[in-house]
Amino acid sequence: MIDKRVGSLADAVEGIEDGATVLVGGFGASGVPVELVHALLDRRATDLTIVTNNAGSGETDVAALLRERRVRKIVCSYPRSAGSIWFEERWRAGEVELELVPQGTLSERMRAAAAGLGGFFTPTGADTRLAEGKEVRVIDGRRHVFEEPLPGDVALVKAARADRWGNLVYRTAARNFGPTMAAAAALTVVQVDEFAELGELDPEAIVTPGIFVDRVVRVEAA
Amino acid sequence: MRLDLRDVARRIARDIPDGAYVNLGIGLPTLVADCVGSDKEVVYHSENGILGMGPAPAPGEEDPELINAGKQPVTLLPGGAFFHHTDAFLMMRGGHVDLTVLGAFQVSEHGDLANWATDDASHPPAVGGAMDLAVGAERVLVMTTHTTKAGEPKLVPRCSYPLTAAGVVDRVYTDLAVIDVTPEGFVVREMVAGLTREDLQGATAARLSFADDVGVLGQRE
Repeated sequence: MIDKRVGSLADAVEGIEDGATVLVGGFGASGVPVELVHALLDRRATDLTIVTNNAGSGETDVAALLRERRVRKIVCSYPRSAGSIWFEERWRAGEVELELVPQGTLSERMRAAAAGLGGFFTPTGADTRLAEGKEVRVIDGRRHVFEEPLPGDVALVKAARADRWGNLVYRTAARNFGPTMAAAAALTVVQVDEFAELGELDPEAIVTPGIFVDRVVRVEAA
Repeated sequence: MRLDLRDVARRIARDIPDGAYVNLGIGLPTLVADCVGSDKEVVYHSENGILGMGPAPAPGEEDPELINAGKQPVTLLPGGAFFHHTDAFLMMRGGHVDLTVLGAFQVSEHGDLANWATDDASHPPAVGGAMDLAVGAERVLVMTTHTTKAGEPKLVPRCSYPLTAAGVVDRVYTDLAVIDVTPEGFVVREMVAGLTREDLQGATAARLSFADDVGVLGQRE
């Protein structure tokens, strides 16, 4: 029998090692798996590479990982936001490496990893400083930059509902990076507001099929 | 003599066709949405996975997960859809978004756009979706003041700030003029009343040419 549900946040992040590359869903404060990131913090995993769109703000989630010096490198499109004080402090002190990636390239690099591709050429970033050192090829008369796949050891994702097979549905714009990250990591861990019975989720409306999901944990909405 | 930026937004709105799929950059360009008349049906796209994005919700009606690219709360109109990030950027990068309006630090006469970074090394860089949108949208419109607060021209022969994308800008709307980017460089289509061609050239670092029938960029459309 397949049952991907786990009983606690600690069980959900069990086995995540120091040095792991962790894909963390969310855009701004929308769709961030806050409780899973805090469970990772409690696990004391360190030397992490965090792949996420924003570098956290205030004292929660990725900002807390940065504050507690658990992050070696951050791969990100927009680390600067209102209240991103811990990122800025660690970055200014040279304590965290930043790999800045255009947002669509960030997403597509993870998709490429999920799809088993060895990378792709895109015009995004061509002739800019973010393409420095990258292979360039002219395709259809336009300069394209080669981008490598970006797989995760782990993905931490937030969804609205899951069944025991790990099928997921999301809520409004909280979906954002979730489906791509879920497919791009060796271990995908999802926090949901509630569990559904198997067969209860409309198969026409399942966004992330359970094949991409390893563990689901229920977190009561605040 | 300079137009209010709301009037610039009004002028841009006039160029947005009925039925267009549009992505408005964060900041100034979001003013354009308020100026598109109810006679047109325009579908707004947001990079975080929304089509059919509506205006800000009434106070107390905010959904913290339903936000726009600037992280402000928004609504979803009937017919709207949610989708994941890779599809949102596929729409932008793959030429499916008809039109974007972006802010700018500088635009070059070749249509190069600089709008994501200055050379201030004391702040960490951040790019977001700026490069994807500039490269991928079918039509790239720029909304900006003609000069910086310090009076420096923003329309230049060559950008000194880091590029967002090369050769992508189609048209620039400023508080002084509407200017097309053509293979021959900047061509002025409209300018505000009371401004001479010499005045406009004086506020512009790149060389300007003028269309045969330069129109008046009005205060009220």
